[in-house]
Amino acid sequence: MAHPEQDIILETRKLVKEFSGFVAVQDVSIKVRRGEIHALIGPNGAGKTTFFNLLTKFLAPTRGGIFYNGLDITYDSPAQTARRGLVRSFQISAVFPHMSVLENVRVALQRPLGTAFHFWAPEASLAPLHARAEALLEAVGLAEYRDAHTADLSYGRKRALELATTLALDPELMLLDEPTQGMGHEDVSRVTDLIKKVSANRTVLMVEHNMSVVSSIADTISVLQHGTVIAEGPYAEVSQNPQVIEAYMGSSSATLQGAH
Amino acid sequence: MRPSTIIYALTLAFLLAAPAIGLYPVFMMKLLCFAMFACGFNLLLGYAGMLSFGHAAYFGFAAYITGWFATALGWPTMLSVVVGVLASALLGLVIGALAIRRSGIYFAMITLALGQLVYFICLQAPFTGGENGIQGVPRGSLFGVIGLQSDITMYYFVLVMFVAVFLFIQRIVHSPFGQVLKAIRENEPRAISLGYDVNRFKLLAFVLSSAIAGLAGSLKCLTLGLATLSDVLQWTSGEVVLMTLLGGTGTFLGPVVGAGVVVTLQEYLSDIVGAWVTVIIGAIFVACVLAFRKGLVGEIEAWQQRRVARRAGAAVKPEAAPEASAATR
Ligand SMILES: Nc1ncnc2c1ncn2[C@@H]1O[C@H](COP(=O)(O)OP(=O)(O)OP(=O)(O)O)[C@@H](O)[C@H]1O
Ligand SMILES: [Mg+2]
Repeated sequence: MAHPEQDIILETRKLVKEFSGFVAVQDVSIKVRRGEIHALIGPNGAGKTTFFNLLTKFLAPTRGGIFYNGLDITYDSPAQTARRGLVRSFQISAVFPHMSVLENVRVALQRPLGTAFHFWAPEASLAPLHARAEALLEAVGLAEYRDAHTADLSYGRKRALELATTLALDPELMLLDEPTQGMGHEDVSRVTDLIKKVSANRTVLMVEHNMSVVSSIADTISVLQHGTVIAEGPYAEVSQNPQVIEAYMGSSSATLQGAH
Repeated sequence: MRPSTIIYALTLAFLLAAPAIGLYPVFMMKLLCFAMFACGFNLLLGYAGMLSFGHAAYFGFAAYITGWFATALGWPTMLSVVVGVLASALLGLVIGALAIRRSGIYFAMITLALGQLVYFICLQAPFTGGENGIQGVPRGSLFGVIGLQSDITMYYFVLVMFVAVFLFIQRIVHSPFGQVLKAIRENEPRAISLGYDVNRFKLLAFVLSSAIAGLAGSLKCLTLGLATLSDVLQWTSGEVVLMTLLGGTGTFLGPVVGAGVVVTLQEYLSDIVGAWVTVIIGAIFVACVLAFRKGLVGEIEAWQQRRVARRAGAAVKPEAAPEASAATR
């Protein structure tokens, strides 16, 4: 695009989060470019999830600002943020366990219908959403589990379902907190492919520990340590950064490739 | 036909035949009013996951309002009931708006405290008749056509209302609203992240539940011809919790069964053992909670589900079967 400033979908300015004196996120200024897959990496406790919670308003920042499409959203409510198109997933799989797989996705599709408060309407009024819900399940490889009880799914499938539910909102910016955590090898590559696929017409900001996932799909990587960004750039650059290597391995001699 | 449909049909047949098989209509009406009250309470606890400890406020307040309109103002029966229901819905809106700001035990404590406040208002307000309550509330007639003086006619009127509420609750639970409510109960942060303002949904659930409790209170007032402090008492709030847990929260029939058991025990045992009935009901409650954690109906449903899952598990997906029984709450 002509103006580089227009390419920024999300920007944080000197974002700070303190928990009773402990600084979990410190002066984080990040710019996420539209259309990219932007990975946020860093050792355990670096503040990645806290940063996500700030972006989605599940936590209020101590200081700093959050700008989405140039709009100051620092003081939005979490639900409002989601309605603006900034939708998150959770580090611990977040599904609705006692609903069917289809219902999980359908409840996300339901909101734009505008009938969410219609307590008098029959369930059949939601039937028009089924085709779209089934297509989303198909995309994450859950078509045959349509009517299964969600609690009975394996962990990897629950995460896939969560992804389908997030996609149901057709978010402009999708925040994924460790989407491949706890998955087997095959599931990881399937979900990685899927993220790659759905990123075609949206922006993805993801926390990810699996370096092979990050190296294969991320356009830009920000490395967080002790709440601050210590490096930023494409994988090839970041992985050579001695500070990053040390943060991950505790010594600058090891390579990043093996981390987690 | 699904097993639940058969059970509903049998229950309805029993209720229709109750006067004919010699069950005292006033007793049956009282039972239905408490069953309706418990169903409304269960809508909140079982389907929205909110435990209110002050639900007698809506039940009793509606009874007073209906009683006062029918007696002091001489309004027709149906209108007095409507006013009572609206009053309790409004009360639910105010108390709910305050209570939903907190969750869990804090939510329960706020509803309890505000429920006590309503009790105090009912004790002090000039129109409620203080310790005596409102006596001699006329049953009147339905739209000036069907007189309700006869216990039998009144019973069928209450039964029709009860069936309507029972179906209404099923509709709510399965409605688009009910789906979102369920999602909120299952995983509130996730529901928020999908863009739902969860507090609005909780408030609507609270108001609907209060309105149903209010309808139950209004009908009880007409049935017995009086509105008294016992209907707004903390004790009554506790009773409805007990009935619902006993029968099974989050099941349609559970609160009905729970109310049936408690009201029947109170009615028949109090003649024999007097004040000991409280102790006996308490003991039954403790025993049930220890033995059947899901309540009477809840346990039966879970057993049914396990059977279905076992049969299905043997036939198709071997992978899903082992977890199936552990998953049902
Ligand atoms: N609500 C809270 N109150 C106090 N401290 C918190 C809170 N939430 C997070 N922290 C602390 O903030 C730091 C950052 O936590 P966070 O969960 O953001 O890390 P993370 O980078 O997501 O780690 P992981 O890779 O393990 O998921 C940790 O030290 C954590 O203990
Ligand atoms: Mg984390």
